Amino acid sequence: MALLGRTANGLFWMFRYIERAENTARLLDAGQRIALTNLSAEPEEWQSVLVSAGVETAYKAKYDDFEPENIIHFMLCDRDNPSSVRCSFETARTNGRMVRTALSRELWEVVNESWMTIQRRLSSRITASELPTAIDLVKRQAALIRGTFYSTMLRNEIFDFCNLGAFIERADNTARILDVKYWLLLPEHSQVGSALDDFQWRSVLRSVAAHRSYAWEYDGEYRAVNIIDFMMLNRRMPRSLGYCYRVIKDSLDYLDRNYEVHQPCHQIATEMNERLAGLTVRQIIDNGLHEFLEQFIMDNNRLAQEIGWNYRFYPDR
Amino acid sequence: MKPFDEMLVTDDTVRDPYARFYQWFKEQDVAALGEKAGEAEAFFRRTGITFNVYGEEEAAERLIPFDLVPRIMAKAEWDRLAEGIEQRVIALNAFLDDLYHDQEIIKAGKVPERLIAGNEAFLEEMRGLRPPGGVYTHIIGTDIVRVGENEFYVLEDNARTPSGVSYMIENRETMMQMFPELFSQNRVRPVETYPHHLRRSLANVAPPACEGTPTIAVLTPGIYNSAYFEHAFLADQMGVELIEGSDVAEIDGRIQMRTTEGYKPIDVIYRRVDDAFLDPKVFNPDSMLGIPGIMDVYRNGGITIANAPGTGIADDKAIYSYMPEIVEFYTGKPAILENVPTWRCAEDDSLKYVLEHLGELVVKEVHGSGGYGMLVGPTATKDEQELFAAKLKKNPANYIAQPTLALSTVPILVDGGLAPRHVDLRPFVLVSDKVRIIPGGLTRVALKEGSLVVNSSQGGGTKDTWVLRD
Repeated sequence: MALLGRTANGLFWMFRYIERAENTARLLDAGQRIALTNLSAEPEEWQSVLVSAGVETAYKAKYDDFEPENIIHFMLCDRDNPSSVRCSFETARTNGRMVRTALSRELWEVVNESWMTIQRRLSSRITASELPTAIDLVKRQAALIRGTFYSTMLRNEIFDFCNLGAFIERADNTARILDVKYWLLLPEHSQVGSALDDFQWRSVLRSVAAHRSYAWEYDGEYRAVNIIDFMMLNRRMPRSLGYCYRVIKDSLDYLDRNYEVHQPCHQIATEMNERLAGLTVRQIIDNGLHEFLEQFIMDNNRLAQEIGWNYRFYPDR
Repeated sequence: MKPFDEMLVTDDTVRDPYARFYQWFKEQDVAALGEKAGEAEAFFRRTGITFNVYGEEEAAERLIPFDLVPRIMAKAEWDRLAEGIEQRVIALNAFLDDLYHDQEIIKAGKVPERLIAGNEAFLEEMRGLRPPGGVYTHIIGTDIVRVGENEFYVLEDNARTPSGVSYMIENRETMMQMFPELFSQNRVRPVETYPHHLRRSLANVAPPACEGTPTIAVLTPGIYNSAYFEHAFLADQMGVELIEGSDVAEIDGRIQMRTTEGYKPIDVIYRRVDDAFLDPKVFNPDSMLGIPGIMDVYRNGGITIANAPGTGIADDKAIYSYMPEIVEFYTGKPAILENVPTWRCAEDDSLKYVLEHLGELVVKEVHGSGGYGMLVGPTATKDEQELFAAKLKKNPANYIAQPTLALSTVPILVDGGLAPRHVDLRPFVLVSDKVRIIPGGLTRVALKEGSLVVNSSQGGGTKDTWVLRD
């Protein structure tokens, strides 16, 4: 059966928003940890959470301060913020409802139920003491959806479009987190062994759910080069740019094979994947980490757009 | 007068079709059944079996309440109904073909010309056009009410885009999950074959341009439409595409859908978009829901539209009162199913009678639907009656009136056990090479004690409807 372009678009965005909701929750988690250490200059810390999530401008339009409670509310519950966890689940569910004929019954039901659960939980303000359980709930619902997706969906083009949405969003999120903290990871800034840096680095890792797995991979010592390697190039780390691009390229490989057409987006993904595979941390730092990440975020967006054009997500009238 | 109770003859004697169910029910714990009802509701909520209510904040999604006491019909009762329905839908299709061609029935003086010519539901664009397979109305939901042991009336013919069939199927699914034992004790005819029959029916009327296996699609106005769940459900169950207007375009004389691999022609469209919005080039130019150019493609045999545009003229309330003549004219036999006696307020004598008896009658707008814009005389206050009388005098041709029928009752589950509530019935009919009637239908029930309004938008619920094999 043919797949409508609009349906492919709905699948892609449904998964982007589920991924976004989870990442937003993880960012808040990391922000909260730093705040609890009493070591850092707190307002800047919270501000960087907003910047990482790409919602600083929208936040500033509404608030003059960086009160943690306002930030938490804005990122979790606020309906004025289209990227808040609550809105992200709502958009994911609306897309799911639009494409429900393409989803397994189990997946649709889980998306629908998660939406109901999240709406109920996040319909009123979350206090700082309620934050950990609220974040936990968001992570669980996202895990439930992902697990149902992997265990019930046919491995066809529908599966590939969902994966593309999830991993493009994830790559974007990881790159943003790194970019906001890049100064912290540059050699001239890092004071090896300082308590603040340790906490900062752990918080970066925590925001990509990797503070423990980092220890397994790099023997526990926090070093800037290792953290960059882990989050950008390490292909065993499921939120690294390298890992995301391997999944993206695989998905586009399957689509090319399935449709027996070689699409331009495939070329872009192949090039990005090769770039990530051929670089060392040293080269990235020498050429400018920030410049690299900035370019990466732009290329990642361009790829998303190209996928939309190549697979006719939108009407051409 | 006490309305006809479909289950009980007296307080402890039940009618035959209910015998086994009633025996089962007496062995149940009423409180536990109440809990089951809650489970059913949670299930509906989770699967998204909801409808959107227009005018409420953010198009809130609501559930249609489900009552777990089934409505049960004996084979003989059903067979007679089915025979009457079949006769009626054959007549409806013949009537439509005649209206859009030679208009013999008008020439014969059976239906006044003014009701057709000035009627918005009559589409000039359909004149001389014969749809593939000669079928105009492929999917029909005949609304039937019962007032006595053998007294059934047709209330409405719903020959445009009847909805509710997904509830018929999901209600059965729910009942089978909750009470499997009931289905081993009773021989209930299946309804879940409907999507399969629908797909076959639609494939049967493929247009001349179709090559090979017909490609079928359901056209929906989108996720904010009140019946969106049903559109998605049917597309899913049939294994066909669910499309919106923005997914398709007229290309090379065919209607083609935009897929991830490019444009692919569609042969048959089951549209759930009203006539007015179907083709902005021909009808409402502001429509964002339709497909520009589809009427041209249709005329040239490039697509089948089900139901055909212009079928609304057959279920128009102004035409309704002529149905007995229409049935007899085309089938050569008197109508098996009766109409509800109807006063046409356009006629002076009738208007006079209606105004004098407002307190006993139900007055409806000719083009209204969903139970809006009507007056239920016996439950209306004096003020409401007077207000309505004024509207009526101003534009009498816009109204018809019918006696308040003592609709039959079927029990529902309440806190203390069972209590009778008024019901109607909408069986679903498919027409292609032959007429197929799914044994059962959607029973709508007025949940409020004494209420006669069964519409889901006004506090009605639904029941599973059983037709027994023996």
